[in-house]
Amino acid sequence: MKYLLLIYESEQAWAGVSEAEQGKIFQEYMEYTGRIKKSGNYIAGEALQPVSTATTVRVKNGKTLTTDGPFAETREQLGGFYMVEARDLDEAIKLATGIPASRTGSIEVRPIMPTPPPE
Amino acid sequence: MDFEALYREERPRALATLIRLVGDFDLAEEALQEAFAAALRQWPRDGAPRSPRAWLVSTARHKAIDHLRREKGLAARAAEIAYLGEAASPPPDLAEDPFADDLMRLIFTCCHPALALEAQVALTLKTLCGLTVEEIARAFLVAPATMAQRLVRAKGKIRAARIPYEVPGGDGLAERLDGVLRVVYLVFNEGYAATSGDTLVRRELCREAVRLGRLLRALLPATSEVAGLLGLMLLHDSRRAARLDAHGDVVVLEEQDRALWDQGQIAEGQALAEEAVRRGGGGFYALQAAIAALHAQARRPADTDWPQIAALYALLLRLHPSPVIALNHAAAVALGERLDRGLRLIEQLEAEGELESYHLLPAAKADILRRLGRTAEAAAAYEQALRLATQPAERRYLERRLLEVRSGSS
Repeated sequence: MKYLLLIYESEQAWAGVSEAEQGKIFQEYMEYTGRIKKSGNYIAGEALQPVSTATTVRVKNGKTLTTDGPFAETREQLGGFYMVEARDLDEAIKLATGIPASRTGSIEVRPIMPTPPPE
Repeated sequence: MDFEALYREERPRALATLIRLVGDFDLAEEALQEAFAAALRQWPRDGAPRSPRAWLVSTARHKAIDHLRREKGLAARAAEIAYLGEAASPPPDLAEDPFADDLMRLIFTCCHPALALEAQVALTLKTLCGLTVEEIARAFLVAPATMAQRLVRAKGKIRAARIPYEVPGGDGLAERLDGVLRVVYLVFNEGYAATSGDTLVRRELCREAVRLGRLLRALLPATSEVAGLLGLMLLHDSRRAARLDAHGDVVVLEEQDRALWDQGQIAEGQALAEEAVRRGGGGFYALQAAIAALHAQARRPADTDWPQIAALYALLLRLHPSPVIALNHAAAVALGERLDRGLRLIEQLEAEGELESYHLLPAAKADILRRLGRTAEAAAAYEQALRLATQPAERRYLERRLLEVRSGSS
């Protein structure tokens, strides 16, 4: 079964992290990605540009409304994700605990809705 | 045949195995209900089967498969049902005893930390204890529709997020067992602590919590905290008859008629507390059971070994710190060592402010001030406790004490 592991972290806190420390954390992400590729759990994973680069789009009465940034101010922001294949929620949770941000931020584990079989 | 007793006895294990076989809580509950109905019709006529449980599981399993066959869009549902494949496979060897393992799976799934605590409690009472939605709703003072919704949501999450029907292995077990014990203790406390609401339902909750405790004890006989929790619950419950007076008012430990304490439960609880402490020392429940055992041993309030209780609270506070334990520790120090030392600890806690809405802090402070003869300060503390207390029986107790110190008759 597929799960999306959404990585939430405080961008403000990240900005305060020294360059050397950031390098170490990037290294950790590389290693983690390598590990879950090897174990066969990895499907996809990306880091996102900060929220300051985000655009929110809505269509109202056929008109496109575009606004800067995300709608809500939150303490932690979506900073990246992994999509993984896991046997069950317990394995997905275990995979989430390996993500470096699980120590400094939080990981939201969301099961992917299964595609209904063709009629 | 006593069907009521049979239902109580067989339902949890039969249901646990059935959920594994059909992979769906609702389907298993429905099918088992039908199997019980069939038993009610057939057994008086044809005689009871050699193994009622195996009969119930096997009958219910066939009913579940029938349900699935009848249902439209079986393929769509199949995707949702995790272990459907097994439902169509040959029946397991029921001569072996897979029931204990399945029961453990059910307990750990109901108490999975990915479910909200209130959902864990509701699911445990519904599936393991067989309480109805209405009974659970009444016990937790919520509308039946709210409780039903809570259960639907929890079962939906088990399915959709695929919470495994499994006992965690290795390091995970101890951590997850903590969660299971917390749910059982919460059920017990809900029945024990509150004195408002339906007393019959509350009595039922305590009984179910003790039953769950015994179940865990049978499944995990070598685990210190399981013995500790069961011992703790039995020791608390042994005082049930003495805790409320004829008007339903709370009777504090000191003023209880100790002849009403259940000596059988005390003996059992004490043995469990001793075993729990011997097996592994500093467990959260083991230490509390040891404290409860010391209270139970005292024939008269004056015989209470307060220094020993204060020492155990000090240990509990060090290993499992919380403001409420700190308050209990302070009260024990007051009675076991010196009143003014206990008072100082309570004043410290008061300054930290974490318990500022907890009525038992000013109540404990008031009791110490009353014993010290500082009646004006005691009265002020009782008044403060009364501003925070909500349960009528507790309020009546505090009001009575307030009157005493005001008239200087303490």
